[in-house]
Amino acid sequence: MVDYKVTDISEHMSFLEMMDVLNEQLVNQGEEPVAFDHDCREGICGMCSMYINGEAHGPDRGVTTCQLHMRMFKDGDTITIEPFRAKAFPVIKDLVVDRSSFDRIQHAGGYISVNTSGNTQDANAIPISKYAADEAMDAATCIGCGACVASCKNASAMLFVGAKVSQYALLPQGRIEAVDRVKNMVAQMDLEGFGNCTNTGACEIECPKGISLENIARMNREYLSANIKD
Amino acid sequence: MSVLDSKVPKGPLKTKWTDYKDHINLVNPANKRNIDVIVVGTGLAGGSAAATLAELGYNVKTFCYQDSPRRAHSIAAQGGINAAKNYQGDGDSVYRLFYDTVKGGDYRSREANVYRLAEVSANIIDQCVAQGVPFARDYGGLLDNRSFGGVLVSRTFYAKGQTGQQLLLGAYSAMNRQIARGKIVPYNRHEMLDVVKVDGKARGIIARNLVTGELERHSAHAVVIASGGYGNLYFLSTNAMGSNATAAWKIHKKGAFFANPCYTQIHPTCIPRSGDYQSKLTLMSESLRNDGRIWVPKNIEDVKAIREGRKKPTDLSEDERDYYLERRYPAFGNLVPRDVASRAAKERCDAGYGVNATGEAVYLDFASAIERYGKEQAKIHNIQNPSAAKIYELGKAIIEAKYGNLFQMYEKIVDENPYETPMMIYPAVHYTMGGIWVDYNLMTTIPGCYAIGEANFSDHGANRLGASALMQGLADGYFVLPYTIGDYLSNEIRTGKIPTDTPEFDEAEKSVQDKIDFFISNNGKHSVDYYHKKLGKIMWDKCGMSRNAQGLKEAASEIKELREDFYKNVSVPGTANELNSELEKAGRVADFLELGELFAKDALLREESCGGHFREESVELEGEQKGEAKRNDAEFAYVAAWEYKGEPSEAVLHKEQLEFNEIELKQRSYK
Amino acid sequence: MSGFFKSSIGRKYAMALSAFFLMIFLLQHFAINMLSVFSPEAFNETSHFMGTFWAVQYLLQPVLIFGVIYHFVMGFILEARNKGARVSKYAKNNGAANSSWMSRNMIYSGLAILAFLVLHFIDFWIPEINTKYIQGDMTGLLADGEGFRYYEELTHKFVSPLRVGAYVVAFIFLSLHLMHGFSSAFQSVGATSMRKKKLQTFGKAYAVIIPLGFIIIALYHHFNH
Repeated sequence: MVDYKVTDISEHMSFLEMMDVLNEQLVNQGEEPVAFDHDCREGICGMCSMYINGEAHGPDRGVTTCQLHMRMFKDGDTITIEPFRAKAFPVIKDLVVDRSSFDRIQHAGGYISVNTSGNTQDANAIPISKYAADEAMDAATCIGCGACVASCKNASAMLFVGAKVSQYALLPQGRIEAVDRVKNMVAQMDLEGFGNCTNTGACEIECPKGISLENIARMNREYLSANIKD
Repeated sequence: MSVLDSKVPKGPLKTKWTDYKDHINLVNPANKRNIDVIVVGTGLAGGSAAATLAELGYNVKTFCYQDSPRRAHSIAAQGGINAAKNYQGDGDSVYRLFYDTVKGGDYRSREANVYRLAEVSANIIDQCVAQGVPFARDYGGLLDNRSFGGVLVSRTFYAKGQTGQQLLLGAYSAMNRQIARGKIVPYNRHEMLDVVKVDGKARGIIARNLVTGELERHSAHAVVIASGGYGNLYFLSTNAMGSNATAAWKIHKKGAFFANPCYTQIHPTCIPRSGDYQSKLTLMSESLRNDGRIWVPKNIEDVKAIREGRKKPTDLSEDERDYYLERRYPAFGNLVPRDVASRAAKERCDAGYGVNATGEAVYLDFASAIERYGKEQAKIHNIQNPSAAKIYELGKAIIEAKYGNLFQMYEKIVDENPYETPMMIYPAVHYTMGGIWVDYNLMTTIPGCYAIGEANFSDHGANRLGASALMQGLADGYFVLPYTIGDYLSNEIRTGKIPTDTPEFDEAEKSVQDKIDFFISNNGKHSVDYYHKKLGKIMWDKCGMSRNAQGLKEAASEIKELREDFYKNVSVPGTANELNSELEKAGRVADFLELGELFAKDALLREESCGGHFREESVELEGEQKGEAKRNDAEFAYVAAWEYKGEPSEAVLHKEQLEFNEIELKQRSYK
Repeated sequence: MSGFFKSSIGRKYAMALSAFFLMIFLLQHFAINMLSVFSPEAFNETSHFMGTFWAVQYLLQPVLIFGVIYHFVMGFILEARNKGARVSKYAKNNGAANSSWMSRNMIYSGLAILAFLVLHFIDFWIPEINTKYIQGDMTGLLADGEGFRYYEELTHKFVSPLRVGAYVVAFIFLSLHLMHGFSSAFQSVGATSMRKKKLQTFGKAYAVIIPLGFIIIALYHHFNH
């Protein structure tokens, strides 16, 4: 843990702009800046990943760190910033962690096996109820930032995997491979060293996109029925 | 005859692509296994290209600087994707999409490319639905559409305000399938720092592992650049912080021509700047203009009162407001194309009517939409004589369903509730229509080197219509490049594996290493951002929404000076053998400092106003269109492709004359 | 189904199913204990039936013991694994911001319940086994032969204020455990309705009423004898 003092912070700054100011100060003093992940800075890429004052993406709700604004803090506050911590998210440097375990889970089954030829049937050939489509969309909103894992006392990835499984499980296109998908993704998740879900609900609260716990329940059902069918 | 050969096939426009595909050379499936392709960038274009090439059987390596392909900045596109499906039965067709795109691009795009784009657009939607992209649907279970700026039909498919995200996740899922099969090897947290040419052909790249700092050599039979646009030239833009032009600029330096760098899109609906510390600008989807009305106060006294906090925007009555887009462009109103809307906002703000402290903001008001929807809902729910509060409540629910996430984003950033008070918006740099010059096959002037998506100079001419970027990225990646690259690769089946221990790779790696060593040992006194911000200011002030000869000349020389100072005084702390974001930025800004000068040179040359490029010297002086942009087709209906010759100021111009056979060139009128 | 119970989700199901079993057992235990407040005779008769009926003794009792042990052992295994999923701890962690104390401390409420069960076994179960199967007295009668012994034994246990105090504390922990455990078990087996208010309210009511009832029974006997 290192203590840095940073001045000239406006309440309208985003948290990462505050980090920019800090790093600019460090570079000007000839010191190494603090490494942190960030990219789109509009809450959609899922790259930013800080644990701020004991919460993933800080104290605000429904936002990523890049959308967290300094007006959430008081002048003179000492803010504790840590990387997301989990065995499956090894720290690369400072606040930068390796979340490639998420990618590997998706390699295991996060897709529908359809050729990219464009010679599929017409997009309107299978009507899908608006409710199913909307629910699939809600699950698909996940940005893969890892806040669920970071917040979970067990470092469990079930909200992330549940969201992925749900998106496909809710759509007729995804049903065809549903059995293999859920089994393979869960197997990979277990292999990566994530903990087990104990339903504390912390992930849902801290998720910047409000992904619902219902997705974990759905994954559990899918997993059971996949194992029964097999 | 120009050195540029667009290789547009002969024959009628409507059958060109089909005929061409029918006669193109193919690679036997057994041979594809022996051919390697490198794809740099994993956004919509790169991701879809990688997945499709791998599926065809090629061995693909993908490179992205993010920690996962899924984070490429295509993910931030909000509004939607166009496709000529005519599901709404409102008269849409391939021809209309083609026509709108060429017209929207102010007649500065290649007709045959745009027609092909319009043709394959419908396939994209079929493909994405099959992949499980959860597009918005109506109650009957069929796909829903919305309308976007610059067109008269509803052809935009969308997934809430996160269409780019969903399409990218679709492409990423297609990649995942190939990664699982071992046909794609993803190199994440890697940055391409040079292309390697052997015997004039692109044969590989030098990439830096951003975690270990190690330089790696990767060889391939073809290299595809899908690294996006160069909007970060302006420092402040809606691009991601890491978005950069390095891959494009490196191939330019090795022989790929750079086309129309001055064509930049300044998007009208962004959240205004709040201070000097600002690191990036946030876009609010253009779809907001479907329901929002843009205005500034009519009287300058009201502007002052609002800025000083004495009045609120909601205090102003209807006749105290100037809905300037509706006033100036009655036919399209708030749905004029982006360039027109942006300039109109700038015009009002320059005249002193900007509504925030910086004087750079206009209102986007949803009050009348809330009322309209509220009344409609009251009818649907059979509520007799609804109260104003009830109407507001019903209307607000509709607006929330349509734009809830955008409104929430606005509120988080600005700390004002946009349901109660109008949003403030101002234009910001968003997209670059210019880019690497490519022929009909999407190949650059380096054989075997391709550019797709925003990285190429593309199909959007001088201005891109909303919801067309996603369409072009996916069209290039899924449906165009996989065919056209086969034509080139069919000659490579006997080449065999390309070795990386050759003098060409040695040399390329050494030059990259030298540059890195230079930055690390430079011991200057200013941070990289210091230079980036200065460059951004020059660009915004002199190469922004409107440009003039004087300013452009100044910009070119100021950028040159700044570049020289950069090399003397930039400071990069840390070492080369670790994750070092300052080092990454230094390399990118160094390239921007060259590209910026070429930009100014290109803009100076183009003495006409077209699309996103507005020259103050070229406006209509009289008639109904007085004050509007004046295009000069007689002299400037060409693509300006620049050849690198050392300094940007020495770049050599090659012209590709644009021919229009199907479309009559007209002044764009949205009145 | 091969490997199902080795997977993370399979173990969730296992935890939940054993929890359901224990919650049902708890309900019937509670019902019988409640009889002791209203009618010592009914309590005695039911106890004698439960204590001597073969299906209860030879089928349900082993299943129950297995269920208890399984729930505990699996709970410990999962806890150990979950601890291992985060090797280095946060310097500052604000768990209260996003989850209930109960949900984060199931292991501690569980341990408190385990400690209580040890006491409970010493108090009731071991003497029962001793009387019935070692000494072979299956009559269920008091030593003097005047009526059943169950009610007498029960009231006798609640004389000591220390023991009653331990019972009260243990049931408070049980309540905390159930407060999260009830709805958590439903969520684990994928019950959609877990999200619905009704089931959650029912769970909360169960978690309060059952342990509170046990406490009242203990206090009733303590103060009435």
